[in-house]
Amino acid sequence: MKKGKKIILFAAAFIVTLILLWLLTLLFMPKYRRGIVEGAMIAEYYEDRKPHEVIFIGDCEVYENISTVELYREYGISSYIRGSAQQLIWQSYYLLEDTLRYETPKVVFFNVLSLKYNEPQNEAYNRMTLDGMRWSSSKWNAVQASMTPDEDMVDYLFPLLRYHSRWNELTSDDIRYMFGGGENVTIDGYYMRCDVKPQAGFPKAPVLADYRLGENAMNYLSMMADLCEEHGVTLILMKAPTEYPYWYDEWDRQVREFAQERGLEYFNYVDLRDEAGIDMSTDTYDSGLHLNVFGAEKLADYIGAYLSAGFDLTDYRNDPAVSSMWEEDCEAYDLLMQRQLSEIEEYGELVSFGANAI
Amino acid sequence: MLFTSYKFVLFTALVILAYYIVPKKLQWPVLLVSSLGFYWYADPEHLPRYLGFLLITAVSAWVCGLLIGRADDISKAYLLEHKESLSKDEKKAYKDRVKKKKVLIMVLCLLLNLGILSVTKYTSFVITNINSFLKASKAIRIPDLIIPMGISFYTFRTLGYIIDVKRGTCKPEKNLFKFILFVSFFPQIVQGPISRYNNVAPTLFENHSFDDKVFFSGILRILFGYFKKLVVAERLVIAVKALSEDTELYSGGFVFIAMIFYAAELYCDFTGGIDITIGIAEAMGIKLEENFNLPFFSKNIKEYWNRWHITMGSWFTDYIFYPLSVSPRMLKLSKVSREKLGKGIGKRVTVYISCFLVWLATGVWHGAAWNFIVWGLMNFVVIMASGELEPLYEKFHKKFGLKKKKGYAVFEIIRTFLLMSMIRMFDVYRDVPLTFCMIGSMFVHPGLGSNGREAFAALGLTAADYGVIGAAVALIFALSTYKAIKGEDIRGRILTKFPLTLAVTSVLIITVLVFGAYGVGYDANQFIYNQF
Amino acid sequence: MEELIEILQELHSDVDFTTCETLIDDKILDSFDIVSIVAEVNDRFDVQIPAEELLPENFNSARALWALIERLGDE
Repeated sequence: MKKGKKIILFAAAFIVTLILLWLLTLLFMPKYRRGIVEGAMIAEYYEDRKPHEVIFIGDCEVYENISTVELYREYGISSYIRGSAQQLIWQSYYLLEDTLRYETPKVVFFNVLSLKYNEPQNEAYNRMTLDGMRWSSSKWNAVQASMTPDEDMVDYLFPLLRYHSRWNELTSDDIRYMFGGGENVTIDGYYMRCDVKPQAGFPKAPVLADYRLGENAMNYLSMMADLCEEHGVTLILMKAPTEYPYWYDEWDRQVREFAQERGLEYFNYVDLRDEAGIDMSTDTYDSGLHLNVFGAEKLADYIGAYLSAGFDLTDYRNDPAVSSMWEEDCEAYDLLMQRQLSEIEEYGELVSFGANAI
Repeated sequence: MLFTSYKFVLFTALVILAYYIVPKKLQWPVLLVSSLGFYWYADPEHLPRYLGFLLITAVSAWVCGLLIGRADDISKAYLLEHKESLSKDEKKAYKDRVKKKKVLIMVLCLLLNLGILSVTKYTSFVITNINSFLKASKAIRIPDLIIPMGISFYTFRTLGYIIDVKRGTCKPEKNLFKFILFVSFFPQIVQGPISRYNNVAPTLFENHSFDDKVFFSGILRILFGYFKKLVVAERLVIAVKALSEDTELYSGGFVFIAMIFYAAELYCDFTGGIDITIGIAEAMGIKLEENFNLPFFSKNIKEYWNRWHITMGSWFTDYIFYPLSVSPRMLKLSKVSREKLGKGIGKRVTVYISCFLVWLATGVWHGAAWNFIVWGLMNFVVIMASGELEPLYEKFHKKFGLKKKKGYAVFEIIRTFLLMSMIRMFDVYRDVPLTFCMIGSMFVHPGLGSNGREAFAALGLTAADYGVIGAAVALIFALSTYKAIKGEDIRGRILTKFPLTLAVTSVLIITVLVFGAYGVGYDANQFIYNQF
Repeated sequence: MEELIEILQELHSDVDFTTCETLIDDKILDSFDIVSIVAEVNDRFDVQIPAEELLPENFNSARALWALIERLGDE
């Protein structure tokens, strides 16, 4: 065989192999369409075409607790929640950096619960937050900051190396959603739950040896404040209105001090629950860990009132190009609510959402 | 650094790339730099210690080799010059003097290097054993000695070299850097093969132009090595670990399962690793010795040891067994024993003594633990027993004529496989008494027990895993059978067609990546979601 | 030479040592055989074969082995 022909054949084989590996990667990546859906959240942001003046970043205390559609309906505020399960503060920082590549909001809310973690925690949660991020230096740095000792950057660069073990647990969903598609699991970052399970009291808060928030975590908070300053974004610190996992008074004080030092607003919504009208006997779906849609709408109303009073935000209801997109989301929101409510009526609980949906 | 780490794969790819990019003059220097760099890349923290030991070994052997070579040259010149003037006896006396000098140099070199090997490898074992006889208060502290990576292998390569130089079967290497490369060549560091200088030197230092056939021959071999290691060995290790740890649950018939699983795991791990090593060298046109030749097709233990870990076996034969057996003292002893005990057993006594010592040494070489020592001696016992029982076998065969039947060969192969697998169990269980216990329980309670099903399920592998292992083992067996019948590897056939070579390469890459048991997904850490 | 063949024949009666040239390469003689041969040669010919001469080329055929014995006997 001639040399030239061999080179062409080799190149062809090389490309075919790469394409096959790419297809296998798409096949093996978890799709997060049912059951554990939290892994799909981060990626959904990139598909959204609307401009956002308000961005929420943080863990489950943001994506389950604030209704973005409510903010639009009542105040015309266009917002998005970049939340994910157990999002650690360095991930929040780099997600903010990532978001600023696409747009510059006027206000960014950060939920402070994750300040309690000073070190990388868990590979599975890391993947759920980081896999959805588009590649950029922000993602690289986020991975570097998040990896547990057993993890390797190579596994993030080539996810097939991480997920190949799923070869014997593939389902039809893995083929159906290989190239994306399907319904979003959130509506503008908000993850809806319509069931009700009243708060029933929590175990006693454990005594800690040290109540100081970790240096590493606080450092990222400070970097986040710097980043917002650089981009002319107002950073607002928030603590969601749920009491568990515990948010110690000592921690609260440290965040308050930090906010004062940096001239930032800090709202602990646990204390503002009554003012917002949130009732933990009707507004939570999991005994007080997270709000359901009724609670999330109340919190959205409360935040919306504050925002429209204090900031010069656009009322996008008057912007036909944007409002048409928002109307679509409102429709999807209502439809989803309808579906959940009718399931609850029929079965007494949700059957195709949340942990039940396997 | 493990063969299966990303680091190793990346490192190797870069070295092979560099090897073909640089001017040919620089090819072996590239390997030298990479081999030393390998130590740094694998463990930067212990670099000075690792490199220090390696360089002491390499430089000492190089110097001694040159000294022996010079003694040879001088003596040859002297004898030539005085060819006429010296009497036969004078010549002999001179030769003896030179020989003594050479032996002295060699012995010094051997002592130094065996000293390093013993101190680093066996100090803690010896002290632990001494301490077991002492009161706790008088116990000796175990010094913190780190065993330099690959020391057993490179020390043996070096010792073989110096003995060969003294014997005159190997010319001393003049270039120190070339010699360091021979000692430190990175694919061989972790698990051999224990190369002989004469076998490796020609292709190691030679220039190589890129040849796609040679290159892909190496790549295919590397990939097949990874296939064995990642798809089979790394999967089975999960079950073998469970079997060896919970010995209460996994006794009786489970010992047999452990035996078979460990045989498959070790075979795939070790031969796979050697495939990777030889494949890397081959991809650069360098030929290393084969270390395995279808060992599980052996019909008896002697044949097995000619086919399994070949370079180690031949090392012990050439450098310990032969010198010991043919030493004047042994020959004298042999004469006495033959006179006293008669021609039969008397003839074999000295062979058995040497054999015993060789297997003791082999056991010790494998690791500083009683398990290995007993394992070595078990090999000796089986070799001796099969030797002594030979006449009995012969009688049996004469009477029944089974030997000629085809099925008998299969029986012999299975028998040898099971016997060797059983001896190997000393490698699996924690200590020697436990191993005997477990092997005993296999014969006493051959069943799996009342809850055998659940216990089997608890080994940590799923039905799908067993499916993969089964398919992979069947493939490996089929390829081995092909080789046994045709006398050549199937690779040779594949390489005759370039498109086929590419296709097989691609399929192997994908198979290993998908079905290999590696990465986070194979840790205990599963994708389990808790309330958060 | 005949005596040597005799020694070899004692070890393996089924091999034709006068013609076989691949005693080592075909694994007809193993390491135990070689050691026995050395001991017998030492006895009968009073020739000591040192370890460095235990090479395949010296043991592959009876003829080569005989040449070795003659060479060592001369020295």
